[in-house]
Amino acid sequence: MNDGSGLTDAQLNELTDLVNKVHGFDFSAYSKASLKRRVVRVMTNKSMRFYDLKHALVNNNDFFQWFLDEITVNVTEMFRDPDFYKALNKQVIPYLSTYQHVKVWSAGCSSGEEVYSLAILLNEAGLGKKSFIYGTDVNTEMLKEARRGIYSLKKIRNYAENYQLTGLKGTLTDHFTIMYDAATIHNELKNNSLFSIHSLVSDSIFNEFQMICCRNVFIYFETELQERVLELFYNSLSPLGFLCMGTKEAIRSDRLKKKFKVINARENIYQKIAD
Amino acid sequence: MDSDFGKAVIVVIHRRKNFFSEIEKLFAENSRMLFKEITDKEKIKPNTVYVAPANYHTLVEKERCFGLDVSESVWYSKPSIDVTFESAADVYKQRCTAILFSGANQDGADGLLTLRNTGALTIAQDPLDAEMPQMPEAAINIDAAEYILRTSEILELIELK
Ligand SMILES: C[S@@+](CC[C@H](N)C(=O)[O-])C[C@H]1O[C@@H](n2cnc3c(N)ncnc32)[C@H](O)[C@@H]1O
Repeated sequence: MNDGSGLTDAQLNELTDLVNKVHGFDFSAYSKASLKRRVVRVMTNKSMRFYDLKHALVNNNDFFQWFLDEITVNVTEMFRDPDFYKALNKQVIPYLSTYQHVKVWSAGCSSGEEVYSLAILLNEAGLGKKSFIYGTDVNTEMLKEARRGIYSLKKIRNYAENYQLTGLKGTLTDHFTIMYDAATIHNELKNNSLFSIHSLVSDSIFNEFQMICCRNVFIYFETELQERVLELFYNSLSPLGFLCMGTKEAIRSDRLKKKFKVINARENIYQKIAD
Repeated sequence: MDSDFGKAVIVVIHRRKNFFSEIEKLFAENSRMLFKEITDKEKIKPNTVYVAPANYHTLVEKERCFGLDVSESVWYSKPSIDVTFESAADVYKQRCTAILFSGANQDGADGLLTLRNTGALTIAQDPLDAEMPQMPEAAINIDAAEYILRTSEILELIELK
């Protein structure tokens, strides 16, 4: 994207301040390099100058909603990082199966692929009847897609390789009803999940979970915000509950490292140490 | 490259997700510098070779750390060289040196031009030496490379720097 539609750091800050003041959404602790790229992308796609963008953000609430949906990165896959799901199956599921009820939170769930992957995994392990998965995100369009649970056959075909690599039996399409080029997740899996809006920046604890998955969301947060959210996760986990982060994400702060035990260092699976 | 090279090296290679490649091993065995696959918010330190992980873009943050990003592929590539080049230009400006090697699309050309325009030293591998010449060619076509060097010359440059 070398079209000269650059954005200075000062302009980015100005925009962040403005969005916070007018719409109460705080981007100030988001990773700047990626945030900047997303804003420039919006400006390029809409042929907007900085001034136009500011104007639209202040005067048009629908535009802000659209902007928020564009700025967040929603790219996701079912069974992204097959080794992670393998590790879950081996190291976490046996533990979870000893519980009466298993509540899981997928924070930053985008269009639901992670939630349904977890649902399939739990179901295959025989925990389908006693588990429930909460998916949350700030992107309302993605949440709508997640609730529908309908994906294009093309997408599902792309995810099929991941599924194969997790070593689960059968094929990914076994969990969907296929009609023409649309694949609908089976009802028994969909009924075990609930999607709602929740911002990790500004919203607080809403339930207690045996497992929290927050993958590929922290990469968009600066380290201080990551720490704040880790605090929220710690408080939302039941004693000895599990925290799963992305494969390239890790707990960096020494203070927080002390609160979690490492279950799998490669896949960044942690367990809450009882307080 | 010696362990007192004095700079950080970022390596971005087009690669497929889910498949461990031999690249890491190759580097680790042949470089005397510390060698790492990048994780999110990792501090950028000199005398270290960092490799961009598959299925993420790697960006450089103002705080001199890496930021990862899973957004859409650029030129069908994730990691995309353009993305890393452009963010490095924003942070390091004229203080970085960029070399674009062989590749099958035009990823890296725009980023190299951005770097050149911010005063960085930009180099393209001579397409005659490249296994897949499209990438350096694309950069040369838009005049993004200050120097076009043979592979042997590039190796010499890296050793001497
Ligand atoms: C790259 S997706 C990750 C999807 C999935 N977890 C995965 O790993 O494939 C990142 C998601 O984080 C969401 N997100 C960004 N900021 C957020 C916030 N403040 N609170 C909750 N979710 C947020 C985005 O809307 C996006 O859907």
